[in-house]
Amino acid sequence: MIAHAFFFYFFSFIAVVSAIMVTVSKNTVHSVFFLILDFISISSLFIMIGAEFIGMIMLIVYVGAVAVLFLFVVMMLNVAKQKNTWFKSSTNSAHIPIGILVSIIIFFEVIIVIGGWKYKPELTKQIVISDITNTHSIGNVLYTDYIHLFQLSGMVLLVAMIGAIVLTFRKREGLKRQSYFKQISRERNEGVSILNVKSNQGVKIDD
Amino acid sequence: MIEIAIGHYLTLGAIIFLIGIVGIFLNRKNVIVILMSIELILLAVNINLVSFSIFMNDISGQIFTLFILTVAAAEAAIGLAIIVVYYRNSGTIRVEEIDKLKG
Repeated sequence: MIAHAFFFYFFSFIAVVSAIMVTVSKNTVHSVFFLILDFISISSLFIMIGAEFIGMIMLIVYVGAVAVLFLFVVMMLNVAKQKNTWFKSSTNSAHIPIGILVSIIIFFEVIIVIGGWKYKPELTKQIVISDITNTHSIGNVLYTDYIHLFQLSGMVLLVAMIGAIVLTFRKREGLKRQSYFKQISRERNEGVSILNVKSNQGVKIDD
Repeated sequence: MIEIAIGHYLTLGAIIFLIGIVGIFLNRKNVIVILMSIELILLAVNINLVSFSIFMNDISGQIFTLFILTVAAAEAAIGLAIIVVYYRNSGTIRVEEIDKLKG
């Protein structure tokens, strides 16, 4: 139990500090790096608590795909000259004090919720280690009871992929492209012409 | 303190959720950081679901964590595509310069 507590505090400290650094760091690339660190520490927490499959999937999906996507976009856009000016603004706008006010209100609301919250005694029981593995039990439920939601989430991913392609696709000028329709619909009499070549004169081919 | 119960995990989730919300409110940078704050919020929700699922010994929470993961990935892809298109059209993604709607 000591080791559990030690690793919980270790990983959650890293997670909270890197979550703060995501929002306050001056460089956007550093924000992405701290986001990766945050995901890694939270997925270590998940693996430690016994949800190994979710932890590994979070590593693969978030660190391997989403964070790399963020990094690519940060590199493609020129955000280097758009550094963070924390609490400062070139134009006078009133949204910083109001934002701080709303943040403080939400903070105290969460404090009230956590402080006044009594959980049922059966929630505090220890983690049950069963002989069936975590991945096995997820598979038992995911492909039977939740099969429609599973397929719907596949549809969500398909729509997202099509949407991203449609949004970022553009036709460029001055590019030579292959036109399949033109190629296929070519007839013999457009491409071939029969000439009667006179002796000692030859043929002009490009005119 | 030594005994790690569900309350510890819920507190961690609440802290990360708050950091994400404050990051959205107090943002002066580009829109990419706002998207990262949304990812933090979804991560906090995932922490809550997984900890309830583990401590109540019910696997459904982890299933819904998988679905939230899917939606988060789709949302990041669409959001970043929108940001790329906006940057191509207007040349900036600073939050305070995105004021075309005059809102």
